[in-house]
Amino acid sequence: MGFHRPDRIDDALAALGAGASVIAGGTDWYPSRGDGPVPQDVLDVTRLPGFRGIARDGDGWRIGAATTWTEIARAELPRGFDGLRAAARVVGSVQIQNAGTVGGNICNASPAADGMPPLLTLDATVELVGPGGVRQVPLDRFVTGVRRTGLRPGELLRAIHIPDPLSAGAAFEKLGSRKYLVISIAMVAALVRAEAGRVADARVAVGACSPVARRLPELERALVGADAGAVARIVTPDLLGGLAPISDVRGSADYRMDAVAALVARAVGTAAEEA
Amino acid sequence: MDRPNAITRTGFTLNGQAVSVDADAGERLSHSLRERLGAREVKIGCNAGDCGACTVLVDGAPVCACLMPTARAGGARIETVSGVAGSDEGQRLVQAFQAHQAAQCGICTPGMMVSAIALLRERARPDAAAVEDALGGVLCRCTGYRKIVDAVVAAGQGDVAPAPVSGAVGTPLMRLDGLPKVDGRERFGDDVAPVGALVLRVIRSPHFHARFRLGDPEAFRAAHPWVRLVLTAADVPGRNSYGVIPGFEDQPVFGEGYVRFRGEAVAAVVGPADEMARFDPADFPVAWEELPPVLTVGEAMAGDAPQLHEGHAQNVMTGGFVKHGEAGAALDRADVVVEGDFTTSFVEHAYIEPEAGFAEVVEGRVHVHACTQAPVMDQEMLAGALAMPLRDIRIVPTATGGGFGSKLDVSVQPYLALAALRLGQPVRMAYSRIESMQSTTKRHPAQIRLEIGATRDGVISGMRFEGLFNTGAYASWGPTVANRVPIHASGPYRVRDYLARARGIYTNGPPAGAFRGFGVPQSAIAQELLFDELAGKLGMDALEFRLKNALENGVPTICGQVFEQGVGIRACLEALRPHWKALGADCDAFNARGGVLRRGVGIGAGWYGCGNTSLPNPSTIKAGLRADGTVVLHQGAADIGQGSNTVITQIFAQALGVDPAGIRLVGGDTDVTPDAGKTSASRQTFVTGNAARLAGLALRRQVLALVNAPGDAVLRLGAGACVEDGTGRHPLRLDRMAGDDEGYVLRVTESYDPPTAPLDENGQGVPYAQFGYAAHLAMVEVDTALGTTRVLRLVAAHDVGRAINPLLVEGQVQGGVAQGLGMALMEEFLPGRTENLHDYLIPTFGDVPPIDTLIIEEADAHGPFGAKGLGEHALIPTAPAILNAITRATGAKLRQVPVTPARLRAALKEAGHG
Repeated sequence: MGFHRPDRIDDALAALGAGASVIAGGTDWYPSRGDGPVPQDVLDVTRLPGFRGIARDGDGWRIGAATTWTEIARAELPRGFDGLRAAARVVGSVQIQNAGTVGGNICNASPAADGMPPLLTLDATVELVGPGGVRQVPLDRFVTGVRRTGLRPGELLRAIHIPDPLSAGAAFEKLGSRKYLVISIAMVAALVRAEAGRVADARVAVGACSPVARRLPELERALVGADAGAVARIVTPDLLGGLAPISDVRGSADYRMDAVAALVARAVGTAAEEA
Repeated sequence: MDRPNAITRTGFTLNGQAVSVDADAGERLSHSLRERLGAREVKIGCNAGDCGACTVLVDGAPVCACLMPTARAGGARIETVSGVAGSDEGQRLVQAFQAHQAAQCGICTPGMMVSAIALLRERARPDAAAVEDALGGVLCRCTGYRKIVDAVVAAGQGDVAPAPVSGAVGTPLMRLDGLPKVDGRERFGDDVAPVGALVLRVIRSPHFHARFRLGDPEAFRAAHPWVRLVLTAADVPGRNSYGVIPGFEDQPVFGEGYVRFRGEAVAAVVGPADEMARFDPADFPVAWEELPPVLTVGEAMAGDAPQLHEGHAQNVMTGGFVKHGEAGAALDRADVVVEGDFTTSFVEHAYIEPEAGFAEVVEGRVHVHACTQAPVMDQEMLAGALAMPLRDIRIVPTATGGGFGSKLDVSVQPYLALAALRLGQPVRMAYSRIESMQSTTKRHPAQIRLEIGATRDGVISGMRFEGLFNTGAYASWGPTVANRVPIHASGPYRVRDYLARARGIYTNGPPAGAFRGFGVPQSAIAQELLFDELAGKLGMDALEFRLKNALENGVPTICGQVFEQGVGIRACLEALRPHWKALGADCDAFNARGGVLRRGVGIGAGWYGCGNTSLPNPSTIKAGLRADGTVVLHQGAADIGQGSNTVITQIFAQALGVDPAGIRLVGGDTDVTPDAGKTSASRQTFVTGNAARLAGLALRRQVLALVNAPGDAVLRLGAGACVEDGTGRHPLRLDRMAGDDEGYVLRVTESYDPPTAPLDENGQGVPYAQFGYAAHLAMVEVDTALGTTRVLRLVAAHDVGRAINPLLVEGQVQGGVAQGLGMALMEEFLPGRTENLHDYLIPTFGDVPPIDTLIIEEADAHGPFGAKGLGEHALIPTAPAILNAITRATGAKLRQVPVTPARLRAALKEAGHG
């Protein structure tokens, strides 16, 4: 029992193996307790080596799992990260961005996690460390359902790896019922690379419209080769396959499907303009 | 078992001082700061990062202290408002917040202040947009945010010194009790308990409707040996049923084997603070047997519905009725008739201070310190539940972090008093946000059917209103809503032929009670939306149609009441005309460009009768003059942020003929202040204000009589008190006079009760001595593809009779507008589903537009210096103005609030938007 804030991964894995509850930024960990007491055996991962910071990593980038949204928003990153940085600036509030972490956002596995769509468009991979060593899993295979991930017992999410998005343009659109402190009704990230005015590569991901945020491969294929100045008109509902929104207090399923088409068109349009 | 690397003691600096603390693992920094380090200036509003009230600076960065484990703070530099208020930026903010009226109740202010400090350190002269971004994580329910933005921008520019004002009636005197709200010293319900007080938690029903059996108390005590007391219905010595309206005392302190709503209390547990923090209320043994609930008025009125209260067939709690002329005949002869069915939702008050307080026993009497809007009503409730005489119960209101109607009802008080009396020790409690949202009152959801006719010349010809109001499990102020709505549903217009019926219906929802407007905001939506439709069908301008039908002096209201003076709706509407034209033209120009964004302007109007409906409603004010010349004002009108401490003092001082700054305020405390009635129904400025005016005049007469000075003489009180008149300066020699038991050489007690008369069986009579009037204009931008609405501008014209304090008038208006905006666009309490401040949304910094307040002064013969009430009026016209603007922008037909993006998008599709 107790609060553990180790700076050695072995100590962390030992505490985890003994049943400690993992806390990073705390911005989901505390609210999930409701009116119940907080756990008395806690593992804080924010001081572990390799869990913090943003750095070049070979051909790509490495973001420590306990990196805060503020750190991401303020980092000097290529334009292809603009969608992720835009998402970082609309997570909750300044207070939440100063504490909440990108890894926590992923592991919490909320369908409405603002970080997921831009990370999916960045082809992110997660780096997991556990008793069996280190392994990497593509992000789209790591989060498997509502509040479910492929994290094995005793494992921690240590970092996110992102291949260099090169000169792509990127955008993020968040739909909510108020300006600040709002859980998304839906959100869309788009990343578009153009060559000679034509779309060479397009990646689009949608959040809060399926149990796990997901890419739109049919739309992405349809966008390749299109005039980069006129991509929005290519977005048609039949290319949004795979989305299966639910109705909840924030909006109906029908509304989400309807609104998300407009959001996708806007995000793709903005990303293409920037490409 | 402890592992060797577990953190047990955490050291950090708090406002520059090295401190260390033993916290539980995972303990929130907010809890450690408040309970272990005495930093009660850190406020807890939600424990979920949703409100930002607990914001502190950690190494300079604003974070929610409720989301940070204390053990992580090791080595950090923590700053709270108390630490930063003294810095250069802090002092500028302290002054600017007061000068701009940026703090009303003050509960969110510590979070605002530290967020603003962090911004100013990073950016010396931020603009409004930067302020909104930086402070956007802190919710405020009182101000509507714009004054806070103004204050922070001004602090950045160093423009903080307010122009000096005399404090006379009509001048924008800064709040007399404002400084502690800004610098962190103010003490709210959860800030006053003595160190070591025991902590109480209420065990509540997780079901909407259930029978239950409590488990074995002995087994529970054996498993939790630290528990000091368990309370159940069997421990209530007096009446285990209470309420605010005589004849409707239907709510138990603790359920007796049966609960009618989710969140109803069934027991309470008391123990030491640390053990209670680790206690999971789900461990309390209760065997539940769920029953089918009725959650809507339709379900509750169905033939096979369970009867929730004896003697209320079809679950009809009570009703109200007004008939004037022959509505049916007038509708038959109308040239144009519009009709509609309207639906509104439960609305949560969402003050940032959850209910809190403590109780102790002092010399055989029980003292209850808690946030409240109605100290004497709390005292009366406790007398009934405790079976104790009133004199043995003392209510000491703490600063109240917003109320808006819900803190008229008791919450923590009976539990605390029962426990303190049983244990003989101080006992405290603070509701969690979830508990507050589950168990305290809401605005009534309404189902309204309304028909309005007009003749071709644009004159209203018949109005028929039928409203069902979901009053939830218990009556609370439901009878008041049922009563008030028919009297107000015409709006401030001349309607010769009118029929209105409103009924309150029991359901298994949370008790619906008082919320700014008592049902009138709901009825105003139906009436004002149909007015626009009627004007459209008649081919008339919406503003001109309202002006054509506006109530006038000398014209009977729908209750047959004739005001010979003071009817100010025409002036309010006229004041909007230039904005209506200019902003309407702006919208037309914008829309001509095409695209998915559409703009529109809309108008809404409203009226509200100040004080109780046809019932006695007195306020009493006491004042005294001490031998040293100090004037003491015993002011019992609960100041929940609206400003009665300042306004009542200004009125009293004006009547007495002195400067308000020199008056010493005492109260509210049932031991030292006479009953000034409840802070409700927009009555304090009007009713208590009149009592204060009479008290000021009476004291003035007594002072003048000492030296036989004429009525126009000048009083100079304080040290060396004297009276000056044309013949010279006459010393009062107060020090030679004998003081009474309170040390007063002169004292006065004066009461005022508004002149009203009972209503007959058709609701005809004199329900109120005065009404206040208001008209709002909203300009919106709708994203027709997404169904989202941005309010770009709000112009609010208010007839306040006389603005005792224009600064506070603006504060009330802007805060009301923000609540009206929330009701229009986002606020919908769904029992069991939106019991927190991230699923239940209220407006944030980015949602409230600049607000122009146009003060209209159509003096009222009964009001002190002509003043009328204002509190409720401020939100009544807002929602209809916004909805009318949306319709004007897009053609969408709206019948339900809130107009969420999903609802608006559906309406837009119906209206032909792709």
